[in-house]
Amino acid sequence: MRWRNILAEMQNVPGEDRGRVILYALSTCGWCARTKELLTDLGVGFSYVYVDLLAGEERDRVVREVEHWNPRLSFPTVVFGDAKVIVGFREDEIREAVGA
Amino acid sequence: MPDAVSDGEVDRLMQDLAEEAEAGGYHLNPDEGFTCDLVRGLLANRERYGYISCPCRLASGDRDDDLDIICPCDYRDPDLSDYGACYCALYVTADVEGGERAAALVPERRPPPAERRRRKEERAAADRAPGTLNYPVWRCRVCGYLCARNVPPEICPICRVPRDRFERFM
Repeated sequence: MRWRNILAEMQNVPGEDRGRVILYALSTCGWCARTKELLTDLGVGFSYVYVDLLAGEERDRVVREVEHWNPRLSFPTVVFGDAKVIVGFREDEIREAVGA
Repeated sequence: MPDAVSDGEVDRLMQDLAEEAEAGGYHLNPDEGFTCDLVRGLLANRERYGYISCPCRLASGDRDDDLDIICPCDYRDPDLSDYGACYCALYVTADVEGGERAAALVPERRPPPAERRRRKEERAAADRAPGTLNYPVWRCRVCGYLCARNVPPEICPICRVPRDRFERFM
């Protein structure tokens, strides 16, 4: 994906490099919050974006990206290294994906 | 959490929702911290959009397009039956509330955007279809209440959602 385009909207959480990890989230969602907490606790470096806080073209672009990985456009959607996608707060799967 | 929502507002809405839920045979999630954050999200959405759309779904800001995800959403009751919780887990079943079992992870039941547009057109066509009944039958999309009358009630007498949450059933 054209991931360079979305860097501007992304917040980066520093941590161990386990490949590119992107969390698409909503700022109001409890499951997104838990997913963000889990990734933080696991000490993995990742980027996240609150799609509900975006507007206009920026939002349209990020929405298309999420739909590319997850056509239902649901949250949280976590993309690992442009290959693996986990939809929802699936704790065991997320741990496994980052090798924790 | 976004937007400034006061703790007082959160407590008030949480109490109202809890009372309404219990009166209707529904239950709020007993995890108070988690539920509190969801209610804060509902209030943030009310501030942004003018209605309490689901905190765990991306609202468009167009009420008509978001009708199905205004809390209580169209998907709450089937998700309670199948998983013991609604999608965001604001509502849970009695046995989950009582700690007798844990709620399962709830997959998104809301159809993707293209499918929603198709169904909306189907509903509009059904609304216009001439019937052979003396009265059309309307169904509340939230709780399933049915009534035969010329127009749906202003407020669903069972679950209290407004008229625009009804669809033509027969």
